[in-house]
Amino acid sequence: MDVGKDKLLEMYHTMQRIRHFESKVRDLAMANEIPGFVHVSIGEEASAAGVCAALRATDRITSTHRGHGHLIAKGGRLDRMMAEIYGKRDGYCKGKGGSMHIVDFSLGILGANGIVGAGLPIATGSALAAVIRGRDDVTACFFGDGASNEGTFHESLNLASVWKLPVVFVCENNGFGEFTPMQTVTAVTDIAVRAQAYNIPGHIVDGNNVLEVFAYASDAVARARAGRGPTLLECKTYRWEGHVVGEQAFLGDGAYREKAEIEEWKRKCPLIRFEKWCAETGKISRAELDRIVADTQKELEAAIAFARSAELPDASEVTDDVFAGEPGK
Amino acid sequence: MAQINFIQAINQAISEEMERDPLTFLMGEDVVLGAFGATRGLADKFGPNRVRNTPISEAGFVGAAVGAAMAGMRPICEVEFASFFYCAFDQVCNQAAKLRYMSGGQARLPITFRAVFGAVGGAAAQHSETVYAQFLSVPGLKLVVPSGPSDMKGLLKSAIRDDNPVIVFEHGALGRLREEVPDGEHLVPLGKAAVKRAGEQVTVVAIGAMVPKALQAADNLAKENVSVEVIDPRTLVPLDEDAILASVAKTNRVVVADEGHRRGGAAADIAAIIAEKGFDHLDAPITRVTSLDVPIPFSPPLEKAAIADAARIEAAIRDVLGR
Repeated sequence: MDVGKDKLLEMYHTMQRIRHFESKVRDLAMANEIPGFVHVSIGEEASAAGVCAALRATDRITSTHRGHGHLIAKGGRLDRMMAEIYGKRDGYCKGKGGSMHIVDFSLGILGANGIVGAGLPIATGSALAAVIRGRDDVTACFFGDGASNEGTFHESLNLASVWKLPVVFVCENNGFGEFTPMQTVTAVTDIAVRAQAYNIPGHIVDGNNVLEVFAYASDAVARARAGRGPTLLECKTYRWEGHVVGEQAFLGDGAYREKAEIEEWKRKCPLIRFEKWCAETGKISRAELDRIVADTQKELEAAIAFARSAELPDASEVTDDVFAGEPGK
Repeated sequence: MAQINFIQAINQAISEEMERDPLTFLMGEDVVLGAFGATRGLADKFGPNRVRNTPISEAGFVGAAVGAAMAGMRPICEVEFASFFYCAFDQVCNQAAKLRYMSGGQARLPITFRAVFGAVGGAAAQHSETVYAQFLSVPGLKLVVPSGPSDMKGLLKSAIRDDNPVIVFEHGALGRLREEVPDGEHLVPLGKAAVKRAGEQVTVVAIGAMVPKALQAADNLAKENVSVEVIDPRTLVPLDEDAILASVAKTNRVVVADEGHRRGGAAADIAAIIAEKGFDHLDAPITRVTSLDVPIPFSPPLEKAAIADAARIEAAIRDVLGR
């Protein structure tokens, strides 16, 4: 697949934005500067970047508890995301959602979600809306290997297949459901084979190779847009950090995986792989990549400054937004 | 104005609203056939794109209704029997109810859920339960319990036009109940109780199928010159507290009648509100008439023993009047 330079730069920029953002969020959580649970996706940047690069502005996504990367890839603003994670009023959700619940409807981001598997039927319904309205917008649905054992996975793939809905199901198989190795609780080795049960295509994808993700996602999106129904992509990847930032405090080190395994996956870093590919092919110069890193660093610093200086919500706002049309009820 | 029954009122409301707004669509189990009649004929009228049979897959299609609403549609989603909501609890309670609030008001979720509830005779515990109490303590859901055809039509139309998730609970035993129902535009606002019978000596707050039973009890007592006021809240969320408290302020005695279970139920909630806000008006303890705290049994004498009826409402009224 011949990918234009702008698209290559866009995907690298997205991966850098995710890596920078997630690394900072991890550090802030470890320093107790932000409240609550945070789940970061360091090491998984390529699936978010590759899939969203195959989407257009009017397409929609659903995401997960580990959702920052997907949101960034669909165009989420780092400053408003960071402010939300700080619980500030200028955050995407006025401080009512936090890390696991960031939404931006104007960008087609139907939300991260705190419930494993919850995004699948929502994505299916979003795709149904496009069909009923006669539009060709596609919905991409991110979820993990753990979600593929939820009933909603099976119900959604069946429903999307029966109604030939324009949805791309993207399973990011990072090898663990919370702290449990995937292979100990899953009846299949490859989640992609589950597509056969629902009569849709299923593909295993190298989830750390952004170009491969982009190629498979582009085909699946084109298929969905043409009215030929859903596809299941299984992006094999790995979570460098724990399930939740700070888990060492209650688990200790090395509780459920070997350090050597983490190191092995770090050698497959999706950003470094892309940089090597650029060097080998000469598609993009090191100077251009460095400029992207510098820009991203600046954007992140501005986002943190914005989040830190933003105001906390007033306690009087607690009853706002329960019902549409009735503030304060 | 024509005489139609409860089920015909549902059909009329959906049909009129789907004609009015192309963003509405209907989905659920056997809605094309219209198994109980409520959706019969709508598939012919609106076509397969807007009237969709789903698999028996509650988590999947209820979740899809949430997603479709997030993408701008106004789904009317039928969950055949209300007890089936248990299969889609996450989609209703964690998703539909919370996404507006959690997104800081970005999400708009104009979903109308419809479900049949209540004891209809020998359907046993998994098809007879009154489940709205389970949703009462989940902020973000509106709960509607019509007691007759006219209210059904007007409330269902309002529910479909509401920009929030609304669950309309349809008591299965009211299906053949007939009354005059206005043709065309007939809206009953959510959050407005109705005085179903005006009276002076005691208030009965009755929900759903308890309304006709309370009216029957009131008829019986009228022969003894006992004057009973029957208030139908019509919607449990939002609840018309003012109407209930105004009636209690007038009669000073109150019975709350609900087919739901006693523990943690709608009657308990309403009784607590009256105790908190209307205590000074009370001349007798608040009395509840509810179903027993048992799963609804199958065999007719057991079912009758479990479910609140007119005789029990009448006995409760006598009790609070000290007669």
